[in-house]
Amino acid sequence: MSENKHIDEVSGVSTTGHEWDGIRELDNPMPRWWVWTFYATIVWSIGYTIAYPAWPLISDATKGVLGYSSRQELTTTMDAVSAEQADLRAAIAEKPLDEILADETLRRFATAAGDAAFKVNCSQCHGSGAQGSAGYPNLNDDDWLWGGDIEAIHQTIAHGVRFDGDDDTRFGEMPAFGDILSRDEIRQVAAHVVSFTATPSDPALAEAGAQVYADNCASCHGDAGEGDVTFGAPNLADAIWLYGSSEAQIAAQVRQPKHGVMPAWQERLGDPTVKQLSVYVHSLGGGE
Amino acid sequence: MTLATENAASSTASREAVERIDAEAVNTAGKRQPLYAPRKKIFPKRASGQFRRFKWLIMFATLGIYYLTPWLRWDRGPYAPDQAVLIDLANRRFYFFFIEIWPQEFFYIAGLLVMAGIGLFLITSTVGRAWCGYTCPQTVWVDLFLVVERAIEGDRNARIRLDAAPFTASKLAKRTAKHLIWVLIAVATGGAWVFYFADAPSLLVDIATGQAAPVAYMTIAVLTATTYVFGGLMREQVCTYMCPWPRIQAAMLDENSLTVTYNDWRGEPRSRHAKKAAAAGKVVGDCVDCNACVAVCPMGIDIRDGQQLECITCALCIDACDGVMDKLGRERGLISYATLSDYNANMALATAGGTETINPDRVRREGGGLSEKVAHFHWRKIFRLRTFLYFGAWSLVGLVMLYALLTRDRLEVNVLHDRNPQYVLLSDGSVRNGYTVKLLNMIPEPRVILVSLEGLTGATMNVVGLDQPDDRSAAVPVDPDRLREVRIFVTLPADRLSEADTSFRFVVEDKASFESDVYRASFNIPEVHDERQSAEAEGIHRLAHARHHDRLFRGHHHGQSDNGLLRAVELDRPDRQKHLCGEPDLQRARGRRPPAGSARLEG
Repeated sequence: MSENKHIDEVSGVSTTGHEWDGIRELDNPMPRWWVWTFYATIVWSIGYTIAYPAWPLISDATKGVLGYSSRQELTTTMDAVSAEQADLRAAIAEKPLDEILADETLRRFATAAGDAAFKVNCSQCHGSGAQGSAGYPNLNDDDWLWGGDIEAIHQTIAHGVRFDGDDDTRFGEMPAFGDILSRDEIRQVAAHVVSFTATPSDPALAEAGAQVYADNCASCHGDAGEGDVTFGAPNLADAIWLYGSSEAQIAAQVRQPKHGVMPAWQERLGDPTVKQLSVYVHSLGGGE
Repeated sequence: MTLATENAASSTASREAVERIDAEAVNTAGKRQPLYAPRKKIFPKRASGQFRRFKWLIMFATLGIYYLTPWLRWDRGPYAPDQAVLIDLANRRFYFFFIEIWPQEFFYIAGLLVMAGIGLFLITSTVGRAWCGYTCPQTVWVDLFLVVERAIEGDRNARIRLDAAPFTASKLAKRTAKHLIWVLIAVATGGAWVFYFADAPSLLVDIATGQAAPVAYMTIAVLTATTYVFGGLMREQVCTYMCPWPRIQAAMLDENSLTVTYNDWRGEPRSRHAKKAAAAGKVVGDCVDCNACVAVCPMGIDIRDGQQLECITCALCIDACDGVMDKLGRERGLISYATLSDYNANMALATAGGTETINPDRVRREGGGLSEKVAHFHWRKIFRLRTFLYFGAWSLVGLVMLYALLTRDRLEVNVLHDRNPQYVLLSDGSVRNGYTVKLLNMIPEPRVILVSLEGLTGATMNVVGLDQPDDRSAAVPVDPDRLREVRIFVTLPADRLSEADTSFRFVVEDKASFESDVYRASFNIPEVHDERQSAEAEGIHRLAHARHHDRLFRGHHHGQSDNGLLRAVELDRPDRQKHLCGEPDLQRARGRRPPAGSARLEG
């Protein structure tokens, strides 16, 4: 190395011995403040590893004398946020639903909280956008099996639909008309139901079905198929069909009706959350 | 071999001959390089002259702007702060006199930074490192700290003596006083900074009473430390070692840029005893080697060594040298602002085209003074292609920003279309879409903003929470200087679905100020597809496929079916039905979905 030592003619400073296309790198000493800063960072790093979790051990790591943990920090932050929301939660727990709807702040908070609760508890059946699917009602539209005002929605969420574990659950059941009506009568009544909103495949068939409908169905579904929310009889005269709108699908539902079940949420989630869910579902656009 | 025999063998060998090893101590005292170079203290002498006066002016102006700006008031009405310059981080607003900037208008700041960058090119190519020498905060604060140092410890010679003197009570008192005042200036500097970020008078009270936010105290502490260390202790080292601008700026100089130059074509050969040397018949330059230029230099360099990275072109050496030249009765400008091209021309003159050593007599007139052949800076050199291009780019950015600022609207709308669900079919067969609409009222006054639909004939809208009936428009009150987010449901009736052009516009207007903004939106409707016709055309039996589909949108197609399209429907041949399918994905999900709750299903 020593024989490679080259002294720069202009500055009189030795070079590092590296050369690129005739350009040599001067080997100037560092400024003192720079060296001190460098040492200070080393001292700092040692202090840091003592103060904070740092050194990996076999199954763990050193804890650090300050006892810092990012998990603990998260918990603290979450607790602080909860504490800030305590007033709003208390107000929601206390106030009736119509007052929550009337209060802009409470309504916004309940909608946001209900949205979060919906994603966790309800989206598995109703979909993340509450759009539903065959057999699972769409909660965005204006067609409600059990009523679409805030109290009715609350009642449905709190006690469920055809849920065994709750005495106040919504209950309505359509008999299996496959045992009561003949195959032809079922075809006729299905054509008649279609005729409420569309053109049936055979007008004669639908006409024949009118009498079958009046005798067997009108008591629950109404003379014009308008349905009845008191026992969850669907409106047959609108565009929304839970199990399909074709004559075949309607006939199948007459023969052997499917009935969905929704659990009661009051006990599992508590009333404040059920209230928040009610406000959220009511806000989706179909609330009455 | 045992240890004993080995020892015996080596001792035998040593007795025979001692081999000289060809080794060299790499770290002998003479060759050892220092690990670091300690700072050599600089004691700049007080200068006086035209450039020093100019620097005082700039110092008062820049410090005045920095310290006083936060205290200027500007009336913006009851809904906005009255501080003329305020960076309101909590509310994400920036106020500059009559201009208010929202975060999304940050491009104005970016534009200013672009202008500052191009401005630096322009200034540097014209007058060299003027930024460094006059207006850089490092230069200004070091100047301020030197004023304090001189006032307490005296000028250069007194300070050198004091520095060398042993520690006495008087030295301790002077040093303590100096550093105390430096710290006070540093605190005021850090303190002034935070006033830009909050209402200055109330923040001052809060700081004094310990009520201010911790971040305010921390900012003051950090800026106090940097001001004290950079201005008091590190000084020229900040420019030489830490700052990247000297390197960048050096690259922007050309042969027509003004730089502080020692004109050796008239100064050399320098002589301390000019009269004696002249009497002895020697060639004598104007430089009397008085070192006045070196004594005043805050960077600790000798300008007579030529252009140097360290030189910040503060021009104090020009003042010092001019003073000496005045005393000697010689022409000013031995050290001067000069361009490289002028310097080269004069150098060629003094060296007879580079063939001989410098002889100042060649640039002198008979009877004193400089020859008329000597090149001087001409103002026309400022106007050259390079500076025109810089100025053009600089003013272009400025004009574009000015135009944008003068014509900008203080009313904006942003719309987010619901994606889940994409649309909702309502019981009467109409289709509803949801939109999250953000209305930006960017003036500090409350406004009623009229939101209306343009296009999408027959559709109506409803703003959630406003309690207004469905209509083509709605008036939405928005708080001053705030964004209001509303949910808007747009409903298209069933009989309009087939003919509708699904693109439309949300128009927002302020009827009072005639400001408006438009958002081009689209409306999702179920995809309608007549499979019967295609099935017949292809002759394909589609029973299995068709079974999965709902005839969801029958209500809407009622009219079409009446239109002579009546046909027999067999319950076991659903493929013969007029088949409508909705969103392909949605339908597929419906068709394939297993009855998840089937265990609970009754009947």
